[in-house]
This record gives sequence, structure tokens and C-alpha cells, in this order.
Amino acid sequence: MAGAVSSLNSRKTGAAHAATSEATWVRVVLISIALTFLALFLFLPLVIVFTEAFAKGAQVYFAAITEPAAAHAIKLTLIAAAIAVPCNVIFGLAAAWAIAKFDFRGKQFVITLIDLPFAVSPVIAGLIYMLLFGRQGFFGPWLGDHDIQIMFAVPGIVLATVFITFPFVARELIPLMQEQGKEQEEAAITLGASGWKMFWRVTLPSVKWALLYGMILCNARAMGEFGAVSVVSGKIREQTNTLPLHIEILYNEYQFAAAFAVASLLALLALVTLVLKSLLEWKAAREHELAVRAASAQ
Amino acid sequence: MSEIASAVFDTSSPVPKPKKPWVKKSVLPGFGLSIGLAALYASLIVFIPLAGLVLKSLELSWPELWAVVSNPRAVASYQLTFGASLAAASINLVFGLIVAWVLVRYDFFGKRVIDALVDLPFALPTAVAGIALTALYTTKGWVGQWFWLADIKVAYTWLGVTVALTFIGLPFVVRTVQPVLADLEAEVEEAAASLGASRWQTCSRVLLPALLPSLLTGFALAFARAIGEYGSVVFISGNMPYKTEITPLLIMTKLEQFDYAGAAALGTVMLIFSFVLLLLINLLQHWSHKRTGG
Repeated sequence: MAGAVSSLNSRKTGAAHAATSEATWVRVVLISIALTFLALFLFLPLVIVFTEAFAKGAQVYFAAITEPAAAHAIKLTLIAAAIAVPCNVIFGLAAAWAIAKFDFRGKQFVITLIDLPFAVSPVIAGLIYMLLFGRQGFFGPWLGDHDIQIMFAVPGIVLATVFITFPFVARELIPLMQEQGKEQEEAAITLGASGWKMFWRVTLPSVKWALLYGMILCNARAMGEFGAVSVVSGKIREQTNTLPLHIEILYNEYQFAAAFAVASLLALLALVTLVLKSLLEWKAAREHELAVRAASAQ
Repeated sequence: MSEIASAVFDTSSPVPKPKKPWVKKSVLPGFGLSIGLAALYASLIVFIPLAGLVLKSLELSWPELWAVVSNPRAVASYQLTFGASLAAASINLVFGLIVAWVLVRYDFFGKRVIDALVDLPFALPTAVAGIALTALYTTKGWVGQWFWLADIKVAYTWLGVTVALTFIGLPFVVRTVQPVLADLEAEVEEAAASLGASRWQTCSRVLLPALLPSLLTGFALAFARAIGEYGSVVFISGNMPYKTEITPLLIMTKLEQFDYAGAAALGTVMLIFSFVLLLLINLLQHWSHKRTGG
């Protein structure tokens, strides 16, 4: 059925082609403009990262990514992401459950507030924690008396990363769970399932791709965050240096090949993120199509 | 008093309560747990720290606050930040529309890869983008050398700042326009054409108005992102006070000089502006939903 409909559609647009499309030269010009723009702003930056990284040979490259300071930066970056992503997954699931499945007043306002960390400058994200936990901050004296270090230490880096990546999972889940409605969960509850059983068997499986999608974006941002982390970290080598900060230090020391070598690791992470993202989009689209086809076959 | 109390607690009263409950009743469990957890987490991570920022800036008296905010160096940084962000968002508006159009309407080799690549600025860490763009646009770089032939310096000038902000805002217009363009009914264009409109008239009078809300939303998103950007700009701008110093960098400088209140004052200005932009974007999205939905 669905196949017949789609072939019908394509025949119709095919017939109307001449009146509602552009001359060949217009097409060629538009495609060329678009490709030139994307080449200048997307493709060349990506290429230059790898050419500069290997400009002084493979030996310099591997030395740059395996030296102790780089290894420590990799470790710290992984730790920050390993804490930030699960925290924001739990928050995202809780917020999406309350917002998508219940009707309460002020909901639209809450959804707007969730986006706030996207709108705020990363420098401000670092600044606010500095004002709370820094030596001259609100809790600074108390923290100093109790010998607890948050700023210029790992907890500060984790906090800034959590703030920056705060909306990612919630934003992916809320629209999907709103669209899915609540009939399935209501059925599960009415049939006697416990709340947790319903969550694990009904809710989680139906949002798993969107959840994964949000986690991948959240992870990419967590590992790459620069502005917020650079305010709170203090940039102490082998102590509070994440990968993006390590790149900045190398670059400012004119160790360009080394800086680009470390940058190439993060560029690879970005490429892997894009591939996974496309795969998930493709998978979600296919499942959606199958669901539509199953619904129309009934 | 006791009468009011008994009226409130008298649940057996047949008269319906005048006040609607905060949350509608549902058979589903976990509202209290999930909203409580989400609200607690959001307050601790986002709202209390942001309130702290505003409080800190209020430690200054009004004249002091005004002196920090209207200092010539700060004003120069606003001009650069807003000007370059506006320029970058405008570039993205024009080229984003062309890219979205080409990706939706035409078929060409490598289209799917290019479509995926549009999201690169979301995935690539800003520091990496910053050093890569700087290397490209210096007077000896692959792209910058051609501008240098025409005596134009890109890196370490406001042009370089615009280049970096264009990069980080690139996906917004494309990604907001693309789905709207794909959902447009072919019939509308066919009707315009059969009524004798030229292709140019159809595009400017029929298609462009239909795309306007999503174009503006994408523009506002790119602009908002550019205003706050730090990582990619610090490498390419050269960071000269009064010339190529953006506001986030000025905040950073104040922090390094332990001028916390001054940093907080500038931060509050940026925060208020971001919040207004966020509300505006929500209104725009609402408008664009209504347009496409109805």
C-alpha cells in the first residue's frame, strides 16, 4: 500500500517538474555556491587539522599524543565526560517523564528554562561557579576552612561540563515522549505492572534511540568544552588540563604540530560522532517508516 | 479562620473546588519523584549559580555598576561582539538558505556525506575549530593568502572573528529551514506556476514568505550562539583591547585580575541579553509551528 502511494507521488512531481524547477544553469550555480561555502568553512578546517598534525612527520605526531601531559589530559577529559553524561541522562529522563506524561501549570516555562545553558556563554558558565566556590566566592571561605578545593581542581571541571551539557538529553527526549503519548504506559499500569517495570519494559525501549542520540551529542560537547572549563580549571599541567586546554597551551607555546596532533584526536571524535548520529537518524527514520507501514496495513 | 480551614479540608463537599489543581490526575506513577529530582538538579546546577551571578553584580552600587558596564573598553567589546555576530548570522542566513535549498531540492554526488558534514560545528570542539580556522586564514594560510593579495588581513582582525562566528553558527539556518522546505506542498508552487508566475516570482512571493519564520528562527539561533562564543574566537581574533576583544574575553580578563564583581556585572549584561534572545526564539518557533501546522 505504502509503496503504491509513494510511486504515485513521485510520478506526480515528475510531471510537474518543468514548471516548478529551475533552469540547469541556475541549479549548477546554486550547487557550486553551496559547495564552495561548505568547502571553505567546513571541509578545509577539517583537512588542515590533519595536514598540520602530520606536518613534522608521524614520529612527532605520536610523541605529541603519548607524552605524559597529553595522556593525563585524555584521562581527565574522559573522567569529566563519564560523570557529566550519566548525570544528564538521569536528569533528562526525569524531566522528560514529568513534562511529557503529565499536565501541569508552567510547563512551557520549564521547557524554556531547560534551554538556558544553550543560550548562556560558556565563559559565564565557568564564571558562576567561580563566584560560588572561588576563594572570594560565596562559599569560598567555608570551603577554605574545610580544605575542600573545587575551583582549579577536578570537581570544578566536572561541574562546568555538567552545566554546559545539561540540556542535551532532555531536549531529545521531551518532544519524542510528548509525541508518543501515554496510552502504552497507562495500559501497562492498568494491567498491574509496577512503575519500575513499566519504565524498563515500555518507556525505555521506546525512547532508546533518542536517548542514545542525546548521549552522543552530550558526550561530544562534554569532551570538547573549552570556554567554561578554561575559567574553572586553572590549567595546571598534569593536574587540571583537559584535551582542549592542552591544545591551547601547546598552541600558545608555538608547538603547532603537537597542538594539531592533539586537535586531530578531538576532530576524530567529532567525525565518529557525526557518523553515529547519521546512523541513528537513519535507524529512527526506518523504524518510523515501518511503524507507519504497519499502521496503514491494519 | 477555622471556617476556611474546614472548607478547604472538607473533601466530601459536593461543591467543586474553585481552584484547579497544579497537576492533572493521572494513573501514571512517578510525577513527584521525577519532577522533584529534575527540579532539584536544575536548581543546584543551573538556577542557584545563575542567581549567584546576578547577586554578585549587585554588590556594586548603581554608579559603580554603570561605570563597569559603560567603560569604553567594554563598549568596544560589545560593538565587536554584536557587530561580528550580526555579520556572521547574516552570512549564514543567505548561504544557509542556499545550502538547505540545494540539499532538499537537488541530487548530486556526495549529497548524504555533505548533509552529515553540516553538523560538524556542533561536534567539533571550539578550540580545534579556532586553531584550524586561524591556520587557514592567516596571511600565509591556504585561504588567507588570497585575501592578502588584495591587502586584506582576515586572521587577527574583526574579519577573523566573523569567520569563526560564521563557522560555529553554520548549522542553525540550514537545520531549521531544511525540514520546512521538505514539507512544503508541491501544489502551491504548481498553482503559482500555472497562474502564470515566473519561477523567480514563485520563489520570492510564495516560497520565501513560507520559509520566513524558520529563516528568522535560524538567524536568531546563530546570532545567540555567536554572542556567547569564546573558544573558536580567542585564537583567531588576536585579542587586542578596543580592537579585537570580544565581551566573553573581557570577562575572562577581569576574572584573571580577580575583579569578580566587574566580571559578574558584564556577565549579567550578557545573561539578560541571552535570556531575552531565548524568549524571542521561543516566540519565533511558536509562530513558525503555527504557520506550518495550520
